[in-house]
Amino acid sequence: MNNLTFMPVLWPLFTGIILIFFAKKIKLQRGISLFSSLIGIVISLYLVLSVNNQGILTLGVGSWDAPFGIVIVADMLSSLLVLTTNIIGSAILIYSFYSIGKERETHYYYPVFQFLLIGVNGAFLTGDLFNLFVFFEVMLMASYVLLVLGGTKIQLRESLKYIIVNVLSSAFFVIMVAYLYSVLGTLNMAHLSQRISEVNQPGIISVIAIGFLIVFGLKGAIFPLFQWLPGSYYAPPIPVMALFGALLTKVGIYAIFRTYTLMFYHDQNFTHTFLAVLGILTIIIGVIGAIAYWDVKKIIIYNIIIAVGVIIFGISLMNEQALSGSILYIIHDMLIKAALFLLVGIMIKISGSDNLRNMGGLIKQYPALAWTFFIAAISLAGIPPFSGFAGKLLILQGAAEKEAYFGMAAVLISSLMVLYSVMKIFINGFWGTPKADYTLAKNTVNKMLVPAVLLVVLSVLFGVGTESIYPFISQAVDTLMNPDIYIDAVLKE
Amino acid sequence: MKQNDLILQTVTKVAAFVILLFAVAIFLGGHYSPGGGFVGGLMTSAAIVLLLLAYDIKTVTKILPIDYKLMIGSGLFISSLTVAGGLVFGVPLMTHVYRYIDLPILGHISLHTAVLFDLGVYLVVVGVTMTIIQTIGESE
Repeated sequence: MNNLTFMPVLWPLFTGIILIFFAKKIKLQRGISLFSSLIGIVISLYLVLSVNNQGILTLGVGSWDAPFGIVIVADMLSSLLVLTTNIIGSAILIYSFYSIGKERETHYYYPVFQFLLIGVNGAFLTGDLFNLFVFFEVMLMASYVLLVLGGTKIQLRESLKYIIVNVLSSAFFVIMVAYLYSVLGTLNMAHLSQRISEVNQPGIISVIAIGFLIVFGLKGAIFPLFQWLPGSYYAPPIPVMALFGALLTKVGIYAIFRTYTLMFYHDQNFTHTFLAVLGILTIIIGVIGAIAYWDVKKIIIYNIIIAVGVIIFGISLMNEQALSGSILYIIHDMLIKAALFLLVGIMIKISGSDNLRNMGGLIKQYPALAWTFFIAAISLAGIPPFSGFAGKLLILQGAAEKEAYFGMAAVLISSLMVLYSVMKIFINGFWGTPKADYTLAKNTVNKMLVPAVLLVVLSVLFGVGTESIYPFISQAVDTLMNPDIYIDAVLKE
Repeated sequence: MKQNDLILQTVTKVAAFVILLFAVAIFLGGHYSPGGGFVGGLMTSAAIVLLLLAYDIKTVTKILPIDYKLMIGSGLFISSLTVAGGLVFGVPLMTHVYRYIDLPILGHISLHTAVLFDLGVYLVVVGVTMTIIQTIGESE
């Protein structure tokens, strides 16, 4: 029993509730939110260190023991993702102060922001499949509000699509949970894993595994279930877009991580090959989108899809290198995508357009912005020593071990294309002659730049210091590779 | 055209109280028999909606000058406090505690921390329902 495990959920819950009472007092809301999210980082950092010292931490909520009650399980993967979530949350929160606008601030933007964090943190930490569904719903409810808040025409149109897609996938989620329960009689993930190994994953379980892949794939935007993403993520204002792009798809991927390494790993020829093919197709589709568009937001959005593909491909390989590569890459991608969205947001704010053809020459007036973007861009492409490199290298090593040469080629070529797509933004946006008079004061730009710079610095440190955080990653991979560690921690306390 | 809703208004005056009392009964009965905060909350909102139908929004806000959004907040706060109680007593969060006590008039009854949680649920349900209904009603 360790109540610390649940604190990353409880803390934003209290913050959100308190913020409801001060809905009209913007300054106070900002203060409370900022203070709370900084504490949130401290809590999750402490959680990571505790997991590092004591191994997996569990909490049987309401004093009900597993597998009968709901357990909250913090293993290294979950706690690292929770830490990343809290860091990104704080950065985006600071950015929101300067860009979200008074209207949204007085209409419960900050409380809902906290509620989104509850959902994301909870989804990472839960050890129960139905509870995972509940936290998905919490996260989705908050995301509906954030998406529709402001009520512009494009937002309303895209919210409708987004809600329909997610309601369908939630229904499908419950159906799959019900199937799994009727076959195995439990929903505790550790217990499920145990029972699936006892029966050695017969066909019906593999079918359910693919069913879950559809559900999580819809949230995580893998091929062919990604169509809703470019439209829906395009609609809301930049901070919300950054929040969605950095966090929401990653929850879907985390769920695939969890289910495909802990539970459905006995019939890898079928399930994991399927996963690999989808991963590679996702990469290809993402690359096509990222290259095709001249709209900066669209380019970054399609880069999300590429990253999803790379991580999925890493998971599908199921060996130590590839999994540690995937974990490194998912953390890297969360940090750098949030940073890129914020940077692109500043570019759009300066030039008043999101089309690259209407930008140009920004580097003369805003050199700091340009160089931050440059570093973020080459980190995204995975140029050593920046943060994308180690993850991709390990995934490639894993692929070489499994002789998945086609996937290797896809990942390598995609890196090149990613580099091209972000350099296109850099060259057309920052070089050349200015297309208009940029009147936005440097001071404002610098203020908005702070959170983005923080994220980029962090990701550079993450890249340079990969060696020193590797013990944490390998602890996470240990649990993924040996489900018994997880099962023992949950069921034998 | 002015509607004549004298009968509705007269009946409502009595019925609203009956419904409210029944809501409280259902809320308190929730632990051992069907009911609880959710149903109790819905029934309370039903009583308020009946008042809204019989009279109008202005009259009802005069009778019950409540900001329902703050009611949602308070409900959430009470429920979350019950959840966090585990931190104070060093037991897992959401752990449920109950005692039997003897009271002069009520006799032998049991007190549960779950009722506090349910009270939060009750407030949230009333708050949410009424916020929705008011928002729809106001836009007309």
